[in-house]
Amino acid sequence: MKLLRRLPSILLALLVVGVLALSACQRSASLPTQLTDISGHMPDLAFKLTDDHGKPASAADFHGKVTLLYFGYTHCPDVCPLTLAHLHVIMQRLGPLANDARILFVSVDPARDTPAVMHEYVNAFDPRAVGLTGSAQDIEALVKRYRSAFTREPDRGNGNYDVSHSSAIYIFDRDGKARLLATPDDSQDKLVHDLHLLLDTGAAS
Amino acid sequence: MKHRQLALLLLAGWLAVGTVHANQAEHIRASKAWIRVLPSALPAGGYVTLHNDSDQPAALSGASSAAYSDVMLHKTSTQAAGMSQMTMVDRLDVPAHGEVSLAPAGYHLMLSDPSHPVKAGDTVKLSLKFADGSVLDVDFLARPANAVGADEGYFGHTMGHAAPVPVSSH
Repeated sequence: MKLLRRLPSILLALLVVGVLALSACQRSASLPTQLTDISGHMPDLAFKLTDDHGKPASAADFHGKVTLLYFGYTHCPDVCPLTLAHLHVIMQRLGPLANDARILFVSVDPARDTPAVMHEYVNAFDPRAVGLTGSAQDIEALVKRYRSAFTREPDRGNGNYDVSHSSAIYIFDRDGKARLLATPDDSQDKLVHDLHLLLDTGAAS
Repeated sequence: MKHRQLALLLLAGWLAVGTVHANQAEHIRASKAWIRVLPSALPAGGYVTLHNDSDQPAALSGASSAAYSDVMLHKTSTQAAGMSQMTMVDRLDVPAHGEVSLAPAGYHLMLSDPSHPVKAGDTVKLSLKFADGSVLDVDFLARPANAVGADEGYFGHTMGHAAPVPVSSH
């Protein structure tokens, strides 16, 4: 009898839980994206590095933002600046929505890429770009976490060297969940389209 | 005697003309020459399209500039696995009546150790060296770090249509 009297409140509680679960699902629900969907195939965003202001930075600092993770290095004259220049155009095309997005440029050359070098570098491309550097171990851990790779090439004889690295961009939603992978063959249009979807979903409340 | 001198003179003249014909740089036209300027003294990428108007093939073998103490001809290759790698290139052929492009994510000049800060809007003279030793001076326009061509995919692939068009240098 007691149970019967309580039934309405139990039902209400179930309903509330259901609605909450549904809204939580909405954020990670499959969207009609055009890039490679990596939802559930790659781990959530997680790292402990140093940002381009020299301050400790972790994934929690970017909660509520859609993030674009890209590995590169500042002594890279061709593909890194090209990729960052295109990401800048993509951010411009997103308009005010881009305020909720961040480009995370992680150095695979921490020996040369100090926070100061990174700061000047990322700001030459986009105000929403963040430079991240750190210990060789922490960077390697992050690279491995996303099954990416990099190799330091032999010294060219004058103390300069190149670093071969993966060219993919990993895109995470506002909850830090891995969602999409962009490769060099993907057009700006696809990135703009999919970032629109992610940014329109679950805006920070 | 006079005839022989004349013959020698003609021969010398013909040889001189021949030398001019062999001068690869004279048959090359350069267009879309630009440099992507990066902050500090970081190495910059130099890009240019070379047109060969002659019947003879030519080959770019290197470049130099008063503005950068180190200039190297490089190629970026991106493998199927998505790894991007830079390699040094000894020569880049410019086919007869053809053209070759040094463009982002492909062939480029790596410009290191600037002698003075290069700013966007500056013009930088580069001397392009060809396989026969001839030299072509070209003015490169310095553009900002985040400059992109309008017809590029995010990685610089020409996006002529909706579908990505593979670039032959890859």
